Amino acid sequence: MSEAAAHAIDHHEPETSTGIPNKKVLMWAFLGSDCMFFGTLISTHLIYRKISATVGGNFLDIREIFDIELTSFSTFILLASSLFMALAVSAIHKGNLTSTRWMLFGTIVFGAIFLGCQVYEFTHFVHAAGNELTLSSYRGEPHVFGSTFYVLTGTHGTHVAIGVFWLIGWLIYSFTGKMSTADAMDIECCGLYWHFVDIVWILIFPVVYLMEYAF
Amino acid sequence: MSTESLKYLNPESQTDLKTKVFPRPGQNTTGVINWLTTIDHKKIGVMYGMAALFFLILGGVEALLIRSQLWNHNMDILSNREYNQMFTMHGTTMVFLVIMPLSAAFFNFIMPLQIGARDVAFPRINTLSLWCFIAGGLILNLSWICTGGSPAIGWFGYAPLTDTRFAEVLGDMGPDFWIFSLQILGLASLLASFNFITTIINMRAPGMTMMRLPVFTWMTLIVSFLIILAFPAITIALVELMFDRTYGTNFYDFLEGGKPHLWQHLFWIFGHPEVYILILPAMGIISEIIPVFSRKPLFGYGLIIFSGAIIGFMGFAVWSHHMFTTGMGIVATSAFSILTMLIAIPTGVKIFNWIGTMWGGRIRFDTPMLFALGFITMFMVGGFTGIMHSSVPIDAQHQDSYFVVAHFHYVLIGGALFGLFAGFYFWLPKLTGKILSEKLGKFVFTLMFLGFNLTFFPMHYLGMIGQPRRTHSYNEGHGFETWNQIATVGAFILGVGIAVGVYQFVTAAFNKKLKPAGKNPWDARTLEWTLSSPVKEYNFARTPIIKSRDQAWENNYGDKDKHSEKEPLGDHGVHMPDRSWCPLISGIGLFVFVLGMLFRKTIEVSDNFLATPYEVAIGGCSVFILGIIMWSLEGPGGYHLFPKENEE
Ligand code: HEM
Ligand SMILES: [Cu+2]
Repeated sequence: MSEAAAHAIDHHEPETSTGIPNKKVLMWAFLGSDCMFFGTLISTHLIYRKISATVGGNFLDIREIFDIELTSFSTFILLASSLFMALAVSAIHKGNLTSTRWMLFGTIVFGAIFLGCQVYEFTHFVHAAGNELTLSSYRGEPHVFGSTFYVLTGTHGTHVAIGVFWLIGWLIYSFTGKMSTADAMDIECCGLYWHFVDIVWILIFPVVYLMEYAF
Repeated sequence: MSTESLKYLNPESQTDLKTKVFPRPGQNTTGVINWLTTIDHKKIGVMYGMAALFFLILGGVEALLIRSQLWNHNMDILSNREYNQMFTMHGTTMVFLVIMPLSAAFFNFIMPLQIGARDVAFPRINTLSLWCFIAGGLILNLSWICTGGSPAIGWFGYAPLTDTRFAEVLGDMGPDFWIFSLQILGLASLLASFNFITTIINMRAPGMTMMRLPVFTWMTLIVSFLIILAFPAITIALVELMFDRTYGTNFYDFLEGGKPHLWQHLFWIFGHPEVYILILPAMGIISEIIPVFSRKPLFGYGLIIFSGAIIGFMGFAVWSHHMFTTGMGIVATSAFSILTMLIAIPTGVKIFNWIGTMWGGRIRFDTPMLFALGFITMFMVGGFTGIMHSSVPIDAQHQDSYFVVAHFHYVLIGGALFGLFAGFYFWLPKLTGKILSEKLGKFVFTLMFLGFNLTFFPMHYLGMIGQPRRTHSYNEGHGFETWNQIATVGAFILGVGIAVGVYQFVTAAFNKKLKPAGKNPWDARTLEWTLSSPVKEYNFARTPIIKSRDQAWENNYGDKDKHSEKEPLGDHGVHMPDRSWCPLISGIGLFVFVLGMLFRKTIEVSDNFLATPYEVAIGGCSVFILGIIMWSLEGPGGYHLFPKENEE
């Protein structure tokens, strides 16, 4: 097995100067760049959080609409999905197709639950009776919190959604009979992305949610 | 867990299977399809270059209109608004559609040849960046025909000039075109940079250690890192602005709680690294040229690279020198002032390296060298004025005056553009296989050097006596007229020089009168000069094994043990990747998507003939996704070539 696999990988991934596959270097470079994307968004949120708490006397206490239990739950789910992802990568490396499939499936389901929670949260906030928080307003008056909050968490959600679609692509591919250990590297890159998106959430959760209860 | 083991397909049949998904043009395709589906880094470089030269002419015409308007006091060639549109489009075009893509053209064409690679790491992604760049250029210029005309917000689009309230009054859609085109151009730069980073880190020929990389390749690497770390700031700033303009968020809307000041920070966090993104490639180019024409190795190779890296690193810590007059407070202002002064040190180090290289050398004054010398001198003038701005009280006088205009044109034309022109004269023989006319080249240099100094030197003085930047007209009695007229005359001379130069480059490939260049017309030093001119499509028939830093030079003059060797060809021959339609399809999808988003907004503002709600955008997005799916299904593909034993 290992010989055949080595051959297949050889053909796709020519030897590189560092020994690290090209796709992995590309993925790391992208993640470095993505750090800056989220860095900018998170800074925007932090800058506005205090200086724009009150716009035209319209004071916003976000704790009145946050549902911290729900968000803690979805945070946990997203973390757990990372475990599935890691197992999927390890399964494909071992050449275990069935297990790869199940682990991919698990990651997708947990990712989808997280997205579901986010959609619920967004609709809930927008329609919160008496406390409506929209992109541009709070309680019907202009406000900035909604702008930074939705765009930041929405960008993260978009990342998760792209990851879910990517994983669904692999799941479908696993049924075509073409999947082999030669794909392990590609799935590993997918995994890198997934873990990164998780880590970003681990940053967003305390900075955007928990901090509102502390400072 | 059950352990159903996987079936392995033999690699050959796998490629067959994958290429069947979508027909790919064969290896012998010619004509337009050849250019549309190519994934060859050299052709992509050529297309980048051609498009950028076109935009150079376009941006130049805009500049000449600006200069004509300022010929005399209270002129009326352009209206107020047209004038604002003109300098906005001029700045945006020159930065994003000329200097950056010209640098990208050189990265594409030269860098893989310098490291001994057959192509970049991801040839199809490279093609997609090209199409994104073209799409971005088209979208920006489509704004001329949109409701309200082109953006009139300056190349930095300061809030609140981008406020939607102007759209309500003036039907001003320009900023939307500006936002989307910058966004798509940013995508192009990001994709290209990921690719170049991977290529340089991973695709070096055996023996090509990092400290043997040619300086130009090093600068490519540093610039690519700058791009992937700096562009996110503006991408997010633009996303926020797009949300402001499209969905009513309040990021930069002062009346609703936003802070326009934030835009300035985000823009310049990108903007200052951006100026190094513009200048470092040119510095790389002249670091290649000066040793060749001085017939000496580069003086202080390590130091040049190290200072390039330091410049890149510190470039992220000086952005607020563009905001000294916004009142950031004493601590912040002083810190940024000191850092700005410090960043001039590594810049100065490089200048001394170049001088040290020339010192005691046998200097030949061919056109590339003339442009390189022009670079050093003119860039120094720009550098000195830069250091002057770094002092806060002095900058309070300079800010928004013509003095700043003089500063950045000295670094951008005298620096970046001269460097890029030097690169053209130096490397076009490698591309076309022909030597350019030295006479015409020197004529171009003379016109450009003269015209440039006539245009921009008086601006220092104009700024000092108080002519503001971005002003449509000035009144009589300030004494501005004479120097403005000199500047305008100079601008036309510069324009003619550039036009002749562009004509010379574009016609070089077809000009039958030019002499063949041979492998190494300049007796140059780096690896690309060991190849035949024009370079074969597979670059290196057999992968070179690198033994030293200036490999071409060592092969000709060095000891035997420093000569490069060649890897055997192997039974597989040269593996070449297949052409592909997918990058073009994805690019078109993205283009249509953006048009859909824009025209959807246009109808809200006025009754435009294109009544398109989201359908067009969704259609474009689907085409894009389809392109990506086909892309991943078709796989890299490939075929094998068998060059003859002695071919290079
Ligand atoms: C010695 C190094 C440099 C220093 C210390 C420096 C410093 C400065 C400062 C302080 C300003 C702000 C002036 C103002 O608006 O009041 C400025 C503006 C500018 N610089 Fe430089 N600079 C340097 C090199 C460069 C280089 C290499 C480039 C580009 C290739 C460049 C491009 C620009 C541009 C485009 C602006 C104007 C931006 C705008 O307001 O539109 N500078 N520079
Ligand atoms: Cu700057």
